[in-house]
Amino acid sequence: MTRHTLSVLVEDKPGVLTRVASLFARRAFNINSLAVGPTEVPGMSRMTVVVDADGELIEQITKQLNKLVNVIKIVELTSESSVQRDHILVKVRADAATRLQVTQAADLFRAAVVDVSTESVVIEATGHPEKLTALLSVLEPFGIREIVQSGTLAVGRGSRSMSDRALRSA
Amino acid sequence: MSKGSPISPSLMATKSAGAHKASERVERPADAGVDTAAVSPVLGPNNVVPPTVMTGSQAIVRSLEELGVDDIFGLPGGAILPTYDPLMASRMNHILVRHEQGAGHAAQGYAMVTGRVGVCIATSGPGATNLVTAIMDAHMDSVPMVAITGQVSSGVIGTDAFQEADIVGITMPITKHSFLVTDPNDIPHVMAEAFHLASTGRPGPVLVDVAKDAQQGQMTFSWPPKIDLPGYHPVLRGHNKQVREAARLIAAASKPVLYVGGGVVKAHASAELLELAELSGAPVVTTLMARGVFPDSHPQHVGMPGMHGTVSAVTALQQSDLLITLGARFDDRVTGVLKTFAPNAKVIHADIDPAEISKNRTADVPIVGSVKEIIPELSEALRTLFAVSGTPDYTNWWAFLNNLKETYPLGWTEPDDGLSAPQRVIERIGALTGPEGVYVAGVGQHQMWASQFIKYERPHAWLNSGGAGTMGYAVPAAMGAKVGNPDRVVWAIDGDGCFQMTNQELATCAINNIPIKVAIINNSSLGMVRQWQTLFYEGRYSNTDLNTGHDTVRIPDFVKLADAYGCASFRCDRDEDIDATIQKALEINDRPVVIDFVVSPNSMVWPMVPAGVSNDQIQVARNMTPEWEEED
Repeated sequence: MTRHTLSVLVEDKPGVLTRVASLFARRAFNINSLAVGPTEVPGMSRMTVVVDADGELIEQITKQLNKLVNVIKIVELTSESSVQRDHILVKVRADAATRLQVTQAADLFRAAVVDVSTESVVIEATGHPEKLTALLSVLEPFGIREIVQSGTLAVGRGSRSMSDRALRSA
Repeated sequence: MSKGSPISPSLMATKSAGAHKASERVERPADAGVDTAAVSPVLGPNNVVPPTVMTGSQAIVRSLEELGVDDIFGLPGGAILPTYDPLMASRMNHILVRHEQGAGHAAQGYAMVTGRVGVCIATSGPGATNLVTAIMDAHMDSVPMVAITGQVSSGVIGTDAFQEADIVGITMPITKHSFLVTDPNDIPHVMAEAFHLASTGRPGPVLVDVAKDAQQGQMTFSWPPKIDLPGYHPVLRGHNKQVREAARLIAAASKPVLYVGGGVVKAHASAELLELAELSGAPVVTTLMARGVFPDSHPQHVGMPGMHGTVSAVTALQQSDLLITLGARFDDRVTGVLKTFAPNAKVIHADIDPAEISKNRTADVPIVGSVKEIIPELSEALRTLFAVSGTPDYTNWWAFLNNLKETYPLGWTEPDDGLSAPQRVIERIGALTGPEGVYVAGVGQHQMWASQFIKYERPHAWLNSGGAGTMGYAVPAAMGAKVGNPDRVVWAIDGDGCFQMTNQELATCAINNIPIKVAIINNSSLGMVRQWQTLFYEGRYSNTDLNTGHDTVRIPDFVKLADAYGCASFRCDRDEDIDATIQKALEINDRPVVIDFVVSPNSMVWPMVPAGVSNDQIQVARNMTPEWEEED
C-alpha cells in the first residue's frame, strides 16, 4: 500500500468533518492523518487527508469523497509537487544534568524549546514526517513524557491556488 | 378503473376533497422524462412569490407546494406539530400512516411509479428513527425521496431533550445528503436544494431535519430561492470519445450482452434502450431492479441474471466477451464470486455515479453520465460504424443462448404435500391482471417468484426492495404506488413473514380509500431462510416456522385480520380456486383486498447459484446443474 495525500476543499458547514470521517469508517478506508482548518476564502475549509491505499482503492476513495455534496474539490498532492509538513509538541524529561543535551538536540533539528520546568522541557518542531521521526528517536533516550502531533498539512508548489480554480469552475 | 367510492358517510368530507385533488393533478406519463432541471434547478413551476412574512412551518408547506408536491405520507408528533397546522389548509394531500416506516416506503412506492420525488414526514426522535429503514432502502435502490423530520428546539439540541435524536448523524451514511435547519430563513432554499439533490444525478433520499423553533419563528418567504450547491455537479452527457470507443468494442464483439440495471428505469430510458438493443441485435438481461424496462416478451430478452436468474441470462453473462453495462452496479447477487464473474468479458460501464464505475469490476470503457443521453449517442455511433463495416453476425451466440432458453425455461415442480405451488398463484396473478398492473413485492421467495413468473412489459410496473432486502416493503410501497398511479391495479405480492411487519398500513389504505390488493403467499414460514436451511443446514428449521398456514394454529388468521382492517378478505387453498379468487379481487375497487393464498412450504426458488460459488455452478433444481455444451 502506498501513502497518498489528498487536499480536500469543503464547504464550511456543520457536520462536514463528520461526513468525511464517517465515509472513511463506513467504507473501511484507512485514515493515516487528517487536518482541517479555514482557508483564504470565507465559508470554505480545507482538509488534508493522508491515506494508505493502492491504485484502485485511492480512486474509489476520491470518487466517494466527491459524492459528498459539501466536498467542492479534491487534489492529490505528490511529495514532489507539494510541500508537506507535520507539527509536533514533545514533552521530554530534562533536569539540570540533561537539559543542555536535550536543547542541543532540539537545535540540531531547528526545533524550539517552548516551555521549561525543573523536570522537563516542551519542544516544538515542524517538518516532514521523516524529520519528526528522527527527532523523536534522538529524544527517546531522555524519556518522552507526552507527544501531541497534528495531521499533515500540504500545499502545492508554485503560484497556483486550489480554491481559486475551484471557485472559477463552480 | 376508478378510485372507488368512500367507504363510510363519516369519511365523505375527506374523501371528496381527496378525489378533487386527484382530478386536479396533472397526469404525467411515467416515461416522459420530465426535466425541469434543465431550465431551473428548482423543481416545480417556479412561480414567483414576492417576499412575504410567514412562520417557518408555513414556509415548509409553501415550499412543498411551490415544488409541485401533491401527496405526502406522514405522522405528526411534538416536534413537527407546528408544520402540521398549515398543512391542514394546504391543497396537498397528506396521508396519515400508522407507522413512520410505512410513510417512508409509501414515499418510495410513489416515487418508483411516478418518477417524482416521494415525500414523507415524521416527528423527532422515534418518529425519525422509524424512517431509518425506508431511508436506507431508498439509498440502496436510488429512489428520489425527501424525508422531513421535526427536531427539538435549537436551544436544547444536544441536551438529550425529550424525543431528541441526532437523526442527521444517524442517517449520514444512508442519505444522499441531509440538512439540519435552525434558522427559518433557510427553509425555502434548503427545501429546493433537497428536492434538487433527491431528483437529479443518481437519485436518492435527502433528509431535512427542522428544529421546532425554526418552524415557529418568523421569516420572509420568497420564491424561487437560489440553489447554492458548489460541490454538486452531476455529469449527464457521456464523453464522446468513450462512447465511440464503446461502439467500436460492440462492433468487434462476438458475444456481447446488454447488462441493464435499475438506472435505466430511473433515467426513463426504456425507449432508448429498445432502440439500441434492436440496432445492435445483442441479448438483453434485466436485473431485479430493471425488470420491465425491456419487454419480457421481446425475443432478445434472455432473462434476469443473478442468484435466482435464468440459466440463459446467467450463462449469457458468464460466457460473454463484452458486457454493455447500463445503469447497473455489479451487485454481489448478480456477480456471485466476483473474480469468476464473466471472466472473458471486456466491460463497458455507463453510469451516472462515477463511484459505481470500477468499484467492483474494472471497466475497460467507463462512461460517466445519464443513460438517457448516453444510450442514444451509443446508438448513433453504432449506426455510423455499422454503415461502414456492416452489422455484426451473432448467429452462433444466439443459437447457443436460444438453446439454453429452450432447454432451461423457468418452471416449477408441483409440491408433493397436496398444497398449491406458490409459483402458480403468482403466475396467475400476473396473467389475469396483465402488464398494465403494478406489482410490489416484499423480500424473500415470493419476491423472486414475482420477478420470475410475472411477465413485465413496461418500466415502473415492478417495485421491490432490491439492495436493502427490506421485509415489510410491499404493503406500504403498494399503498404509495396506488396513490401515485390511482388508475392502475396495484398488487402487493407479500409473504406471510413480510406481511406481519407492516400490515398496519391496511388501516391507512382502507380509511383513505387506497384500494390496493394484497396477495399473501402464505407458506407458513420465513420461506427463503427455510430454503437455505433445507439446502445448507441439513433441514434444521431453526426459528423459521410462523404458524400461519395450512394445518397450523393460524396466528394471526389473515382473513380475520384483514376483515378487522376493513378490507375484503379471502382465503384460497386449492388450485381450482386460484383464478376465481383473483378475479373476485380484481372486481373489488372500493376497498383494499387481502387474499390469504395457502401454499406449500416446501417449494423452493430455482434456478439458484449457491452463495460463495461461481455463477458457472448454477443449479436448475437441487443438485442439478445444466449440462454445458462446449461452444468453443
